[in-house]
Amino acid sequence: MKKTLALFIVTLLFPLTALVLRAKPAHLAPARTPSPDTVLINGAGATFPYPMYSKWFDEYRKVHTDVQINYQSIGSGGGIRQIIAGTVDFGASDGPMTEEQIKQFKNARGTNILHFPTVLGADVPTYNIAGVKGELNFTQKALAGIYLGTITKWNDPEIAGANKGVALPGDDIVVIHRSDGSGTTYIWTDYLSKVSDEWKNKVGKGTSVNWPVGLGGQGNEGVTGLVKQTPNSIGYVELIYAIQNNIPYGRVRNSAGVFAKANLSGVSTAAAEAAKSMPDDFRVSITDAPGKGAYPISSFTWLLIPDRIADATKKKAITDFLRWMLTDGQKDCEGLAYARLPQEVVAKEMKAISQIQ
Amino acid sequence: MSSWTPRELLRRLRSGDEIAHLITLICASSILLVTSMLVYQLWVNSQLPRHEFGWHFFATSVWDPVFEHFGALPFIYGTVVTSFLALLIAVPFGLGAAIFLSELAPRKLSDTFAFAIDLLAAVPSVIYGLLGIFIIVPIMRTVVEPALKKTLGFLPFFKGPAYGVGFLAAGVVLAIMIVPFIIAVSREVLLVVPQDQREAAMALGATRWEATWKVVVPYARTGILGSVFLALARALGETMAVTMVIGNDPKISSSLFSPGYTIAAVIANEFKEATGDLYLQSLVELGLVLFLLTFVLNGLARILIVATEQRGGPAH
Repeated sequence: MKKTLALFIVTLLFPLTALVLRAKPAHLAPARTPSPDTVLINGAGATFPYPMYSKWFDEYRKVHTDVQINYQSIGSGGGIRQIIAGTVDFGASDGPMTEEQIKQFKNARGTNILHFPTVLGADVPTYNIAGVKGELNFTQKALAGIYLGTITKWNDPEIAGANKGVALPGDDIVVIHRSDGSGTTYIWTDYLSKVSDEWKNKVGKGTSVNWPVGLGGQGNEGVTGLVKQTPNSIGYVELIYAIQNNIPYGRVRNSAGVFAKANLSGVSTAAAEAAKSMPDDFRVSITDAPGKGAYPISSFTWLLIPDRIADATKKKAITDFLRWMLTDGQKDCEGLAYARLPQEVVAKEMKAISQIQ
Repeated sequence: MSSWTPRELLRRLRSGDEIAHLITLICASSILLVTSMLVYQLWVNSQLPRHEFGWHFFATSVWDPVFEHFGALPFIYGTVVTSFLALLIAVPFGLGAAIFLSELAPRKLSDTFAFAIDLLAAVPSVIYGLLGIFIIVPIMRTVVEPALKKTLGFLPFFKGPAYGVGFLAAGVVLAIMIVPFIIAVSREVLLVVPQDQREAAMALGATRWEATWKVVVPYARTGILGSVFLALARALGETMAVTMVIGNDPKISSSLFSPGYTIAAVIANEFKEATGDLYLQSLVELGLVLFLLTFVLNGLARILIVATEQRGGPAH
């Protein structure tokens, strides 16, 4: 009897505590509970621009309190899959969708998909060579040869020729690449495919590829860690990561013959130069762009938006956001070490927004 | 069991025993249900590569997401090699430690150690991965691999450049991870060996060590084998710690210094960004392969345990 009574009292405590705690004073309630007329927009995709998008959606919410944009960085592959499946309102990808994926989208959702570049990214070569302190110059052939495994020693004429006066050792080059699928790899392999036919035929471009040689590190951190630890190694990392972590990197020769050191303006210049011959759907690779000031290993990252959005409020919210992103949003880029879109591309995109119906 | 009609069953369920029987039966079959759903999902979602590649999937060494040629061989090789290397290192250490803790150490020391070892078994694998990158890989590259090369460099296992990362580093990290399991279970099993077994051995003139090694350990053989296979199961599925130290290169090589790749590591690395159905489903098929590998190895474990049980140990 006593036991049952005790059990009864204890069981009663649960609903009682719940009742007591429900009466929360108003000022403790969360600041931004969505009101019934908040427009909720869901997006998913690329991890590279996530810090930028995160800041943008936050800033945009401050200006337009009735629009809440939710973004999950599940990866470019995931973003493409979810937009085709229709579970999100927009996707994001570090590489443009292939013809096949666009066809898949058309079959699944009955309309076309539009690409909108948002920011620019770039890859830089980082290395760890005994006795070499300064910046090395890399020609297109050098990078392709190193990653193909045809150039095996640091004092190979292709590398030494571009770095006269630097004492390069005769040691074997240890090649480091990304083990996880990533937009960073996409940019790197896209560049190598452009500057080397052998690379294009043998390996190709993608977020994951069949690397001829090399060790794989996970993420920019993994690659940097391996390069730092392994003597005579070379790897590639995102420019932003290199800037934020003070990682020394080398120069790459662009198509005009200049050894360009990657920085935000060089990346934007690459896009500006490429904009002259850019197709209207923005599905273009800007690696190895023409122009003296262009950094050759640069790339866009895109938002994937259907050209027909049924819900009128969502459509207005998305098009408004795009306009804001192209004007006010771009101002936030430098703060987070992203390269902003050049004016030529912004103008073209503004015109393209009208395609969303 | 006279009749299976619902009315009959409901009538039989009146006693508490029957209800308990039914509830526990549901619990047990729910495990089976989850496992079969898992296999079903793996099977159904790997349909494309099974039709495209068939059995060639197991014989191809290429993993090319761009030209869409996929083969499981380097990953199977990597998984098996790292796991067995880990066992090779962990079993002597683990068994030795278990024997010490159960037979030779004072009880208090044994209990404290056992507690510490149980804690080790609970450490998340990412921590072991960090231990691998920051401590084990540099030691491998600067001390262990050059030493092995100098002394045993004529063997095919110790040829090639010493990167630090590779099969050897992965095997060592996995060994550190699975040793607590072997010690914990083996120690328990050795402790429950009846005291009269030891006394009988010593009465027959055996030394302390002879009694331990020739009588007590064989008596506990089944349990020790069980602990080894438990450790093997952990090693086969280990993902994060392995991918941080194995070099992530899908190549097959006889040298332990060369980088490799395991099934769990490639799925963890490439699943998120995989675009294209064939690519994605090939990764799922790799998952199915790992499941089957674990299943087969556990089956072998069962057979081995049954076989050794028949030859000696506790009296039936």
